[in-house]
Amino acid sequence: MSTPWLAVRRPLPARRALPLKAVAFLVPIVAWCVVSYVPFVWHPQRLITDSGGSTNYSTDQRLEKAAYETEQSELIKAGQPPMRATAVNPIFLPAPHQVGEALYKAFTEPPARKGTPWLHERIGHSVSLLLKAFALACLFAVPLGLICGTFDFFSKLIEPFIDFMRYLPAPAFGALMIAIFSLQDAPKIAVIFIGLFFNMLLVTANTTRTLDPALLEAAQTLGASRKRLVSSVVIPGVLPLLYTDLRIALGFGWVYLTIAETIGEMSGITEFINQQGKFRNYPNVFTGIIVLGVLGFITDQFLGWLGGVLFPWHSRRKAGWIRTFVRRLTSERSNSGFEVSPPHAVVAKPEVNRVDA
Amino acid sequence: MSTLELPDYRQQSPEVAARFKRLHERPVVLEARALGKVFDGANGQVEALRDINFTVHRREIITVIGQSGCGKSTLVRILAGLEQQSSGQLLLDGKPVTGPGPDRGMVFQGYTLFPWLTVKQNVMFGLRMKGESSHSAQRDAKMWVDIVGLTPFLDHYPHQLSGGMKQRVAIARALANQPRVLLMDEPFGALDAQTRCAMQTYLLQIWKNVDVTIIFITHDLDEAILLADRVLVLEARPGRIAEVIEVSVPRPRSSDQMLSPEFLATRRRLDELIHPKSDQPIERPHVFRMTLVGDDVE
Repeated sequence: MSTPWLAVRRPLPARRALPLKAVAFLVPIVAWCVVSYVPFVWHPQRLITDSGGSTNYSTDQRLEKAAYETEQSELIKAGQPPMRATAVNPIFLPAPHQVGEALYKAFTEPPARKGTPWLHERIGHSVSLLLKAFALACLFAVPLGLICGTFDFFSKLIEPFIDFMRYLPAPAFGALMIAIFSLQDAPKIAVIFIGLFFNMLLVTANTTRTLDPALLEAAQTLGASRKRLVSSVVIPGVLPLLYTDLRIALGFGWVYLTIAETIGEMSGITEFINQQGKFRNYPNVFTGIIVLGVLGFITDQFLGWLGGVLFPWHSRRKAGWIRTFVRRLTSERSNSGFEVSPPHAVVAKPEVNRVDA
Repeated sequence: MSTLELPDYRQQSPEVAARFKRLHERPVVLEARALGKVFDGANGQVEALRDINFTVHRREIITVIGQSGCGKSTLVRILAGLEQQSSGQLLLDGKPVTGPGPDRGMVFQGYTLFPWLTVKQNVMFGLRMKGESSHSAQRDAKMWVDIVGLTPFLDHYPHQLSGGMKQRVAIARALANQPRVLLMDEPFGALDAQTRCAMQTYLLQIWKNVDVTIIFITHDLDEAILLADRVLVLEARPGRIAEVIEVSVPRPRSSDQMLSPEFLATRRRLDELIHPKSDQPIERPHVFRMTLVGDDVE
């Protein structure tokens, strides 16, 4: 007896889930290998190895298959020696082994241009930019969000303007930030901060408002003062949700990082990627992109695991995080004046009861 | 069809009458004087409660019963201080009540244990709010958890407990503060019948051994009679007291008494009050004949 592979909303057992997760990574890698190494799949260009009698093209030149065939037939008609060429993919799609080699060399061989930083130094710089900006955003957004979510007074005082600000795209502040903070890291940190801060504040406030009001009432009947309601109920109550919110915000931080690094003096991994792109060294471009992806993925997986350790009571309710995040961002904020919530509306959650042991 | 010959529900045996006499001589813990509550709704004002008067004596169990929407929950929320009455006065030990406080513990219908705290820490919550040291709060909490019989689960989180166990922890948490009055708002409403029955027995046992006065909201007639010294019956729209019934079933109570004449007489009276005969006749929906099997089902 085994559950079917496709059961509606039933989790698969680990022995089935793990191979599927492996396949999730294998499929794109295998597809990449097939496109790169099987000659009759795609390979739309010809790389000339011997230009023969051609005067139009020279050795090591890439040309489209059609152009190559026209030239070849004309050469044969004219009785000239024919060209020789291999079928290749466009230069922007290097083969896996080329990328692997580039990835290895990026960490083991000094950079081609003297005086430019090694890749690991660039990674360090990028990560420190991101972490500084993220920490600053948390430092300001989380307490403010908690206050807004707890006291309607501050919600009405602060949130409308923040709501307006969050529609201003962070990169648009680049020039302004350079004017204020001059060059180097400060304007970059400022741009990431702007990208994160406003959304983080609103999400924190909305998350805080999702706390079950019955818990606050229970605490009040147990003698909790207003101060203790905030410190002993609101904050511990929303902490696990807040943790997930911040984890997602950090994910968005990588996006702002790549934008911020192009502001003013280009730097970090983004500079590496752009530079290598200009030299048409696409294996290195892939290296940069993969490094970014791996960093983001590993950080998020680690934080997810850490969350389970930090908040053991919360681990069993896992929601799809993007859905949760979007809902938090867009959810109705507090019932404003016109709607009277009846006092007996605190309804028991429909929870299945087990019979007592 | 014949019904049972039942005694008058007000008829009390000498022992029960003597009990009530003693009960009324005990000091008054809680007194409601002409309580009223009006809500401002979208369609104008709604009167939820009107002219509620009653007194609760020390170590009495009063159950409040009524149709849904009769204001039971509003009443208990006013008693807890979570809602402000529109008129009238509420006195606890002769002093007016102004807001929620640890002298009136409450057990809610939904599960309101703090999910981030273990059973022990949940029970410690009120004690810590009072400023008790961690050490003595822990000792007290262990005692209360023991009283509700959950010592093996001291370090479990609420999500690891069943519904009945959660409510037992909630009772321990409220009692740990040693409140003057324990307010219970349909606390067993979400439990299955078996667990509910066990919980009623538990509650009576705890009440017998702990100096606490209980006001218990329910919509279950049997539960109301089984637990109560007196049953406060509310009428709906606006919520007002229809009758206060002294339950003539002798104590100690057990579910075996549910078939005793006193119990049935009281239950019949409650039935009359809650489901008045004059209401529209029960609709008999027209159902097509959809079976070929014989007519022996009736």
